[in-house]
Amino acid sequence: MVLVLALGDLHIPHRAADLPAKFKSMLVPGKIQHILSPGNLCIKEVHDYLKSLCSDVQITRGEYDEDTHYPETKQLIIGAFKLGICHGHQVEPWGDLDSLAMLQRQLDVDILITGHTHQFKAYKHEGGVIINPGSATGAYSSITYDVNPSFVLMDIDGLRVVVYVYELVDGEVKVDKIDFKKPQ
Amino acid sequence: MVRFDALDLQQDMRTFDELRQLETFFKEETKRGRTNADLYELVQHSGNILPRLYLLITVGSVYIKSQEAPAKDILKDLVEMSRGVQQPIRGLFLRSYLSQISRDKLPDVGSPYEGEGGNVMDAVEFVLQNFTEMNKLWVRMQHQGPAREKEKREKERSELRDLVGKNLHVLSQLDGVDLEMYKDVVLPRVLEQIVNCKDEIAQYYLMDCIIQVFPDDFHLQTLETLLSACPQLQPTVDIKTVMSQLMERLSRYAAASPEVLPEFLQVEAFTKFSHAVVEVIEAQPDMALVGAVSLYVALLTFVLRVHVDRLDYVDQVLGGCVKKLEGKGKVKDVKATKQLVALLSAPLEKYKDVVTILKLSNYGKVMEHLDYDTNRVMAVVLMQSILANNTLITAPEKVDGLFDLLKELIQDSEGAPSIDELDEEDFKEEQNLVARLVHMLVNDDNEQMFQILIAARKQFGQGGPKRLPFTLPPLVFAALKLVRSLQNEDLPDDGPVSLKKVFQFLHQTVEALSVVPAPELALRLYLQCAEAAGVCNLEPVAYEFFTQAFMIYEEEIADSKAQVTALQLIIGTLQRTRVFGVENRDTLTHKATGYSAKLLKKPDQCRAVYACSHLFWVEEGSGVKDGERVLLCLKRALRIANAAQQMSSATRGSNGPMTLFVEILNKYLYYFEKGNTQVTSTIIQGLLELIVTEIQSENTTQDMQVDAFLANTLRYIQFQKHKGDSVAERYSDIKVPS
Repeated sequence: MVLVLALGDLHIPHRAADLPAKFKSMLVPGKIQHILSPGNLCIKEVHDYLKSLCSDVQITRGEYDEDTHYPETKQLIIGAFKLGICHGHQVEPWGDLDSLAMLQRQLDVDILITGHTHQFKAYKHEGGVIINPGSATGAYSSITYDVNPSFVLMDIDGLRVVVYVYELVDGEVKVDKIDFKKPQ
Repeated sequence: MVRFDALDLQQDMRTFDELRQLETFFKEETKRGRTNADLYELVQHSGNILPRLYLLITVGSVYIKSQEAPAKDILKDLVEMSRGVQQPIRGLFLRSYLSQISRDKLPDVGSPYEGEGGNVMDAVEFVLQNFTEMNKLWVRMQHQGPAREKEKREKERSELRDLVGKNLHVLSQLDGVDLEMYKDVVLPRVLEQIVNCKDEIAQYYLMDCIIQVFPDDFHLQTLETLLSACPQLQPTVDIKTVMSQLMERLSRYAAASPEVLPEFLQVEAFTKFSHAVVEVIEAQPDMALVGAVSLYVALLTFVLRVHVDRLDYVDQVLGGCVKKLEGKGKVKDVKATKQLVALLSAPLEKYKDVVTILKLSNYGKVMEHLDYDTNRVMAVVLMQSILANNTLITAPEKVDGLFDLLKELIQDSEGAPSIDELDEEDFKEEQNLVARLVHMLVNDDNEQMFQILIAARKQFGQGGPKRLPFTLPPLVFAALKLVRSLQNEDLPDDGPVSLKKVFQFLHQTVEALSVVPAPELALRLYLQCAEAAGVCNLEPVAYEFFTQAFMIYEEEIADSKAQVTALQLIIGTLQRTRVFGVENRDTLTHKATGYSAKLLKKPDQCRAVYACSHLFWVEEGSGVKDGERVLLCLKRALRIANAAQQMSSATRGSNGPMTLFVEILNKYLYYFEKGNTQVTSTIIQGLLELIVTEIQSENTTQDMQVDAFLANTLRYIQFQKHKGDSVAERYSDIKVPS
């Protein structure tokens, strides 16, 4: 069982001061094996914080990220799954699931982690799963109104991945889970 | 006979034990017929004075105990006879013996020696006299002997000090010494001796003794007397420590017993301490700055413990310190600086609320006296406190007050080191903290919120080009949030807050950024504003913002990679904006497609052009669905892809990978499914076969990624074909090549 944290679009410090306290207290170092972020952290302090939680941090570039050397896309393998990361501002129209599915076919991955819209999504289609962990800080978005802070924790076990989404609603953390199984 | 030349406490103890035996002996003697009076007289015939007096005291003790004569008379005699020994060390030990042996024989209230034997006044008188004489002897030690042995003498004195201090302890233990007696007799006499002896070591030790030995409520009631002695002490006495001790004790007293708080107010403890501090500082003009400041620190600690809700007192203490610092500019002494930081940190730690700190008018003035580095560190501490405690700043005046405290970070002040001299990492960290702070400036009332933004903008505006890229973007987003809040309200344009005014604010703020220059940031923010204006149905405003964004793109974004991203953002934003009428829309999309075709690298061109196809196809509502224009874009993209292949063939000898073609194919499928009739199955079939052929051709560079992409696409087509719905029907004409 491999725990993978997916979170992005924090937009610190432009749109948010910090992660919500309740999230911070949940994110404890040493429990997570990988962190995948579609981007828009935006500053080094946030990158350092993520590295303090877990040594393997994979980040793709968001359009506001201070570090312009993050790649546009990333591909990696965790267990039986091929994962891809891309912020999503590069894919028109923004948030369009069919266009994102095209990117997924291009990257040839089972799970595509993407962001930009600040809205949580877990979309299963014929090519795999698209997961948008939303904005971990609930940052302002021109695309989504009333953003609740959210992030995703994936538990990869063999051919199965359980996606836990944590959302801060009215000061309380709500958890939901979705199961995906990869065809043989 | 025992000898007393050596200064040997051990020997001293043994000596006293011996003397106890002697005491017993004398007691036995009286049983054998000798009266105490006789013995008392007899021992005075001893040859040497020192042993004579020891004997006398010993007999005296037995005499008192027998109650054959009034205790007070004997005590008085003994304490005066002891004058015979003027050598300091011998005298101290002698009187110490007297003190010790007489302890349980004083005519205190309720003691067997009261009445005929005297009263507590006599007891007090006796002890005071012994104390006074002992102190004189002790002080005399300081001046005996050569100057080079001063340190040795002071060490000796230090070892003996408790002998003197013990007397005060005895006084404190007397039941009859109540507040009245303490106030009227004991304290004045003791203080008189302390002041008059003019000895630094004695003064410091004895003041401290008084504070330790007598109860706190005595101190509270005699505060004025006690404090008035302080300026009269020798200038070298570390009076601030003494006063700090006193303040510390009393504040602990208040903390432990809250019911005495009214007493504190009644005796005006704070006022007295306040005055005393000023007087001490004035009386010791050579006092180092660190001394003065630490006095204020002690006073402030007192206030924070005893009168925590009296912000006016806190401010007064700070004000006192400011007065002391007047004219001194930036404090350079490291120790004094440390004390200043302690002074500033204490209220912050106590209240944990910077908004409370803002009410202290003198806080900022103290900060001004810190050197630049320390000031900036303190400013960072303030910001971190706000962020850690989630302190919200809810009014424009408070915003101004806050940034006034942070002014060394917000703008360049005269004499401050220029930004280039600062450590880059530190500078960035500080500015990022300021940026985060913006999100703590909030008010639900839209008018207040707007005023807050204006206040912050004004403060940041003076920050200079290096600071603006950090500080302005969060303001922009805060303003965009305000726009959302205003959207549903129908406010007049010329009211205190309105959409129009906020957009003007946004425009002017982003413009300031573009001037820095920070073109990439400005472009992104212009696009954010454009989208927001579109949602508010303000077509001219949205158009203006797009214009600004385009101008930056044309004039200031030269880097190819930056252009690609900028264009992605332009196209993405434009695609989502619904407010434009046909003319404006056409102008903007025309420009966007123009830029796309002019990107440097062919693959970038290709991708940007097919991205533009989405500008002509909007799924939601009654958006534009211009199938022809879409097809034109895709065809243009295809041409560019072909050109790229040719270039590759010409320069490298083989065709590049078919990536772009597969991408375009996927785009065809996208529109095909959405019902764009211009994208026919024939077109798709043609492209499909072209790709398959080319990929298998020897001339084409092999690429696993592309192979996988194609395979995934073909699988997708198969899946769509077998879905069994209307989409599947459309796919029926498409044959998947093997």
